Amino acid sequence: MSGSAVEKSGMSRWLLRGPWEAGAMTLIGGGIVMLVQPWSIDLYSYSFGTILAGTVGYVIVSHFPE
Amino acid sequence: MTTIFQPDHATIAGVSEPAKSRATRRVRGLSDRTIAWLFVAPTIGLLLAINIFPLIWMIRLSFTSLNLSMSYLPLRFVGLDNFTDILGDEDIWFRLQTTAQFVIWSVTLQVIIGFGLALLINRQFRGHSFWTTIILLPMMLSPAVVGNFWTLLLQPQIGPFNYLISLFTGVPPSSFSMTGQVSLAPWTIVLVDTWMWAPYVMLICLAGLRSIPDYIYEAAEVDRASAWRQFWSITLPMTVPFLMLAVLFRAIENFKMFDMVNLLTSGGPGSTTELVSITLKRAAFEKWRTGYSSALAIILFVTVFGAANIYVKALNKVKQR
Repeated sequence: MSGSAVEKSGMSRWLLRGPWEAGAMTLIGGGIVMLVQPWSIDLYSYSFGTILAGTVGYVIVSHFPE
Repeated sequence: MTTIFQPDHATIAGVSEPAKSRATRRVRGLSDRTIAWLFVAPTIGLLLAINIFPLIWMIRLSFTSLNLSMSYLPLRFVGLDNFTDILGDEDIWFRLQTTAQFVIWSVTLQVIIGFGLALLINRQFRGHSFWTTIILLPMMLSPAVVGNFWTLLLQPQIGPFNYLISLFTGVPPSSFSMTGQVSLAPWTIVLVDTWMWAPYVMLICLAGLRSIPDYIYEAAEVDRASAWRQFWSITLPMTVPFLMLAVLFRAIENFKMFDMVNLLTSGGPGSTTELVSITLKRAAFEKWRTGYSSALAIILFVTVFGAANIYVKALNKVKQR
């Protein structure tokens, strides 16, 4: 197997859609919980950033190969 | 009308392939692709004008200090200040908590009642179609209509709801107001929303129940599984994806809820039932804080968009089943 092929298979192993999508969805869900939880205003302050990161991340990773 | 003209082979016999295809295209007039674009263009134009342009404009305004009551002041770019203000504002935080409580209670009740109704409707009985139609009626009404007629029903002096409660509890009908009391108003909006949308959840659950093949139940019967056991081992697990779909859809819709609650309580008494959408409307059209309200609208938009991504993913999973 050539070096580039090994590199490519390594890359594609990392760029699998499933786990990344699950991660992005966890980030979105966590952000929504942070937005509406009644305990800490600090968590509330960081909630929008978390949801935004998750949403943008989801849009990107949904283009990764299956 | 597009005229299709077939050139005879002798005419284009000695001509090269690209020139031949160019000639064919020219004589045919508009290509299929162009015609398709011509048909789609008005829709795309409308979409750009009424959806995309306002969205981009709102994003732009969210970075400014625009206040429409003082629109003579020059537009000042304030960067992320509006977002920082909102994400440090305890009032908005409380409104989001009120919204979350409304979403959690109404969706939970809708799922329990909707699933129960679906289990009943799934049995074949006399007048089955009639009762299905009756149950589905509330979700076919406009939220504005529902808000108005429930306001009348819940009116303490003349509304029948208080008399009904009085009949069962003995409490005088005009001694309490469902929409005017701090302890009752949040439950009132949950009650009306559940009344309106439980039938929708029922429809989704019914689709789930009807997708379960009969042979699974027949096999369970052969194994002498009780009705209770069949429910926990077959019915519930196979309906869960549909229930998830209903939960996500209703949660997104209730997070954006405005019309019905605004008509029923207008966020009152005090701010007990003030959902975040009502806060947004007040900031935009009562206080005229356009920049601030645009930033709040973007926060809500991104939240709903994120949740919608999860919803679409769940929908695809159900489709694959």
